Amino acid sequence: MARFQIFVTYKKGIFDPPGATAERALVSLGYDEVSSVKIGKFIQLEVADGTSEERVVEMCGKLLANPVIEDFRIEPVEEA
Amino acid sequence: MRFGVVIFPGSNCEQDVIHAAHVLGHEADFVWHGDTDLSGFDAIVLPGGFSYGDYIRCGAVARFSPVMAEVVRFAERGGPVIGICNGFQILTEAHLLPGALLRNRGLKFICKQTTLKVEASACQWMDAAPGTLLRIPINHNEGNYICDPETLARMEANGQIVLRYCEPDGSRAEGGSAPNGALDDIAGICNERGNVFGLMPHPERVVDPAVGITDGAVVFTSIAKRLAEVG
Repeated sequence: MARFQIFVTYKKGIFDPPGATAERALVSLGYDEVSSVKIGKFIQLEVADGTSEERVVEMCGKLLANPVIEDFRIEPVEEA
Repeated sequence: MRFGVVIFPGSNCEQDVIHAAHVLGHEADFVWHGDTDLSGFDAIVLPGGFSYGDYIRCGAVARFSPVMAEVVRFAERGGPVIGICNGFQILTEAHLLPGALLRNRGLKFICKQTTLKVEASACQWMDAAPGTLLRIPINHNEGNYICDPETLARMEANGQIVLRYCEPDGSRAEGGSAPNGALDDIAGICNERGNVFGLMPHPERVVDPAVGITDGAVVFTSIAKRLAEVG
């Protein structure tokens, strides 16, 4: 079993309403140092051993992320 | 004419579309998302709702339903396809229309009457004169249309922007008139050819005179008229 972690975030320039709301909320709670909050998705993927990262990239481009509005980053998880 | 109304798991506006078609004297039947045969239909409707629970992204899973490959072929042959609300989201996910629909800017689900301005466009589903105001309700959480500046310029040049949100008097507010924050107040767009139309507002809900407003009828009568003309 191989594991990958996938982070999906909005592309630069795409407004992120939940992130902007969280940002305002943190500032109003007194965390004046906060200048930006971006909220995205975190996906944990378990696949058969030997699955290439290219396959995972394909999965992201096709279904897990929308390349029109989102970027994704893939990290293989090393087993402890 | 005969409309085919696709039902995905989680669609919930399909009955309204069938009713609207009947009120206007047209035939309409359901198409199951697992079906792959669209023969006998003159136009395909992807109705509103929450297909596949809106999981991953709205329309992201429905786009891979067996019926969608056939809908794409139907559209590529020039067949008229309309996506309403969730149907619009599915059309963008399927790349039949450019751009994407993000969460409403105010983070709230919005259900309200809106005023829309008809733009000069190539859309086969809209033959109302440019500048005509239509009162059609919206009912969504992800209607905040977005695309890159190049796509917006291209759509503008090609006459692909069909409907814009506006104030009740037809003007556009300085900070935007779209209740959902949509780019350039965009409420509905079509493809270059004009046969594929996607919009967030629900025209099918304002067709029956019993509800008091019939401004949505023009969408269905436009395509019927066009199909009658081209045979």
